[in-house]
Amino acid sequence: MGTKVIFEKLGIDGIESLKVYQKNEGYEGLKKALNDYTPDELIEYIKGSGLRGRGGAGFPTGLKWSFVPKNPGKPKYLCVNCDESEPGTCKDRDMVTYLPHQLLEGIAICCYAVGIEKAFIYIRGEMLEGAEILEKAVEEAVKKKLLGNNILGKGFNLDVVVHRGAGAYICGEESALLSSLEGERGFPRLKPPFPAVEGLYACPTVINNVETLSTLPAIMRKGAEWYSSMGTDRSKGTRVLCLSGHVNKPGNYELELGTSMRELIEVHGGGVMGGELKAIIPGGASAPMLTKEHLDVSLDFEAIAEAGSMAGSGAVIIINDKTCIVRTCLNLDQFFEEESCGKCTPCREGTKWLVDILTRMVNGQGREEDIDLLKSVCDNLCGKSFCPLGDSATSCITSAFQYFPEEFEHYVKHGCSILDAKKEMAAN
Amino acid sequence: MSDVKTEGLLSQETRDRIAELMSRYPKARSAILPALHVVQEQLGWVPEEAQDEVARIFDMPPAEVRSLVTFYYMYHRKPVGKYVLKVCRSISCWLRGSEKLEHNLCEHLGVEPGEMTEDGMFTVVHGECLAACVNAPCMQVNDRFMLDVDPDKVSDIVAQLKAGDPKYPAAAESWQRPEAK
Repeated sequence: MGTKVIFEKLGIDGIESLKVYQKNEGYEGLKKALNDYTPDELIEYIKGSGLRGRGGAGFPTGLKWSFVPKNPGKPKYLCVNCDESEPGTCKDRDMVTYLPHQLLEGIAICCYAVGIEKAFIYIRGEMLEGAEILEKAVEEAVKKKLLGNNILGKGFNLDVVVHRGAGAYICGEESALLSSLEGERGFPRLKPPFPAVEGLYACPTVINNVETLSTLPAIMRKGAEWYSSMGTDRSKGTRVLCLSGHVNKPGNYELELGTSMRELIEVHGGGVMGGELKAIIPGGASAPMLTKEHLDVSLDFEAIAEAGSMAGSGAVIIINDKTCIVRTCLNLDQFFEEESCGKCTPCREGTKWLVDILTRMVNGQGREEDIDLLKSVCDNLCGKSFCPLGDSATSCITSAFQYFPEEFEHYVKHGCSILDAKKEMAAN
Repeated sequence: MSDVKTEGLLSQETRDRIAELMSRYPKARSAILPALHVVQEQLGWVPEEAQDEVARIFDMPPAEVRSLVTFYYMYHRKPVGKYVLKVCRSISCWLRGSEKLEHNLCEHLGVEPGEMTEDGMFTVVHGECLAACVNAPCMQVNDRFMLDVDPDKVSDIVAQLKAGDPKYPAAAESWQRPEAK
């Protein structure tokens, strides 16, 4: 079912151990990087592969690395973003659990290219098992001189520290991650300065997602050209899509960028479960909803943006027609309310207002003016909060108003869901 | 003068582990979240006295430790049961029955979310997206995953935990290596 880059070795028994990983081309990519390329050449090589960050923003990886000053006169750091918390997203967990050495190899390749000697893997606290697996993998790799001092006898040193977070979605936002790693509350920071210039401990810092780094070993082994031959013009390669919600076969599917939503849901996901397709959230809870009209949209960064949403974290959440959209919005915004860090007023207060209004609607106490009030709160939140969390809280409501306005209107007029009313009519 | 308290709550092992953690970072303060995890591992929760001891170890004001413990959800600020059952309530799990799962668990144990059972065995809490969305609904038992949980089988889960079945909570039966999809 198509070429695999990230999950190529997933099916191999025991691949989480160094021994089995090495038997299956493990660390060959790192060897190639150290033997055949200078750091600068390596950055250019990765630029040429067209690899773009898989954390959400899709920024070109090689370009990001090239922003780091060459000789800043202070240490440089890599922070691996494994604070996977975007609702719907669960790919990093598979990569860390089953392919820990592939991630470590990717980390070493990145650090060699950028001239980094210390890397931190910021793994969300809830992934206790993942952190244990990574700690063990680091230990194994150090013993075999694949990490640590004088890696592969090439005079390249790299210390990798596994760092557990403690439960805060906001720490997936890169500047908040830095605050948290410095031992502070996970508050986002003003940019500029960008992390490439002034990041961890005010030193130049690269922040890359787990999936991005886990892609590097295969690119080194098989070639940048091979990688960029997959995907679309501007979105190269493959991507792991987390298909969840109302589908018959939920799962993490690695597919070439450019695959259509329809193929993902119908061919790989085995079709919609428990009803007809109603809505698709194509990029994690922060992404605006789409509908069955968008089934033929391709799952690459540009096409999803054109359709009015975002590819985000690659989490595709399917919602069937037995589901009330207002309740769905309430569930999504309860998440953002709970996870708002409280630093800025629009987000702290706005998310609470959204939840309050949606709660009273769902409880049958909605007022007619609540519809305008919801829109007004969204308007005062989106683009006016300190970091993108505030914008994210409005995505579901704004898109739900676009595609399913009647559901909100029914709630405030009749005090119940339009779905319950339809059910009652059918029963009578 | 009489300000020096006997260092009561934290064991020597905990202190040694914290010291080792501090040595991993260019700035020791970076080890504060991992250190608080170690404290919670020893005590089951993070009482204020323990926070104060941590503050002394890190040479920072107790209020700053307090501000971290209140910001990050994983630290328990009151005693919890031997097993903390964390039920994911975010969108992918919600679409596949997490409300029922939490409701059944709470009803079976006779507690509200956030409460501990009288025998001190269980605390049920809700969690935000635990990153197991393709195995919904999911929950964690003491930070270890149980996937594809059947809300109608909560009594089995509870019984097995009570009986000390070694399979629980180390891994859910359904958790196996995913195929390369």
